[in-house]
Amino acid sequence: MTTPTGYRRRDRDAYPPYDHPPYGSTQLRAPSEAPLQLEHTLSEITGPGPALSEIAEEDADLTRNAGTGGEALGERIIVTGQVLDEYGTPQPKTLVEVWQCNAAGRYIHAKDQHPAPLDPNFIGAGRCVTDESGTYRFLTIKPGAYPWKNHPNAWRPAHIHFSLFGPSQATRLITQMYFPGDPLHELDPIMGSIPQEHWPRMIATYDHDITQEEWALGYRWDIVLRGPEATPFEAGGAGALA
Amino acid sequence: MSGRPQTPSQTIGPFFHDALMRYGVDQIDPDAEAGAPIVVVGSVLDGAGDIVSDAMVEVWQADGSGRYRHPADGRVGDVPSSFIGFGRVASTDEGTFRVSTAMPGTVPGPNGSIQAPHLSLQIFARGLLDRLCTRIYFPDLAENAADPVLGQVPEERRDTLIARPEGQEDGASIYRFDVVLQGEGETVFFDV
Repeated sequence: MTTPTGYRRRDRDAYPPYDHPPYGSTQLRAPSEAPLQLEHTLSEITGPGPALSEIAEEDADLTRNAGTGGEALGERIIVTGQVLDEYGTPQPKTLVEVWQCNAAGRYIHAKDQHPAPLDPNFIGAGRCVTDESGTYRFLTIKPGAYPWKNHPNAWRPAHIHFSLFGPSQATRLITQMYFPGDPLHELDPIMGSIPQEHWPRMIATYDHDITQEEWALGYRWDIVLRGPEATPFEAGGAGALA
Repeated sequence: MSGRPQTPSQTIGPFFHDALMRYGVDQIDPDAEAGAPIVVVGSVLDGAGDIVSDAMVEVWQADGSGRYRHPADGRVGDVPSSFIGFGRVASTDEGTFRVSTAMPGTVPGPNGSIQAPHLSLQIFARGLLDRLCTRIYFPDLAENAADPVLGQVPEERRDTLIARPEGQEDGASIYRFDVVLQGEGETVFFDV
């Protein structure tokens, strides 16, 4: 493996802007000035991902990891996929952290005021490290939709939050995975921060090959991290992405 | 070889604590063997000057000799074993964050340049659809003058990247670094 001298830039067409008025919380939090482009140095091509992945313990069964001995209520699902870079190169040994609300649409978080029931057998948090093929896999329950106060009668579509480090600071990503066929997608200002043509990148696919008979429904969602800048050693190189 | 489109960022939202802060790190140099002890305290402030009490701040840094715990750093084998160089803290209800660590050393920069000691920061919060990246530099260091990154920052905004000394506490130097998300005194953020 060669050490990259830098990573490819964010795909500006598909990344959200900081200032997105339909999402009210951006109003006072979006910087006024555009970020300054930073040439990647040793500080950016390094990052905590490799060291953290080495010490992370697998905690990928959200249906049972509350430690109560009981099982979470809801529609049991398997969420799996590959973590890749833009060249399609699998990213093994990458820490993937997730969190979500319960089947009723309520987070365990003390500040979640939605009057939906808590599930004593569900904390909605998990983590795993990708295997040699870059694959992660969680067993969980399908999260509910929930209301929020962004605008009248606002509801977030069902989603699972994902956090990944990848090999460098440049590849750090926190995002959300959505479920196919949800009528709330088109009403959601957070999804709406990204042009609709790019939503497929954030929406899992129902996959009957992942579904386990008499056990759980299967969803596939691949996560694509920014790839290294092309080097002379890489066949294909940046041109393959054009 | 076909290209795969990048997965875009979405906000961390307000409810990350039960997952991500279970693995919070506020002592980056737990065995005090990576360098001179320092503490960084700060507030995250929004465009109205109000505190942001639901931010997550992650730190990445080199050890006191300027080495990163990462395979891309040829000196990785010499980094003290207890030191990863990673911190993860959440802002409190009072809007402050606090992390104790070791003063980093100088780090090699592009074209033979030397980067002044710095901490890399990533900030996530409700209302931030994408992370914000910045750097903390330290006051009164001669190396700051030749730092290739500081040198690209407009002079009038450079101060937003320099921590303020706030004395000593139990043998550690205290530094304050406020993150101003928007408006007057807005912190310089980098497209990393």
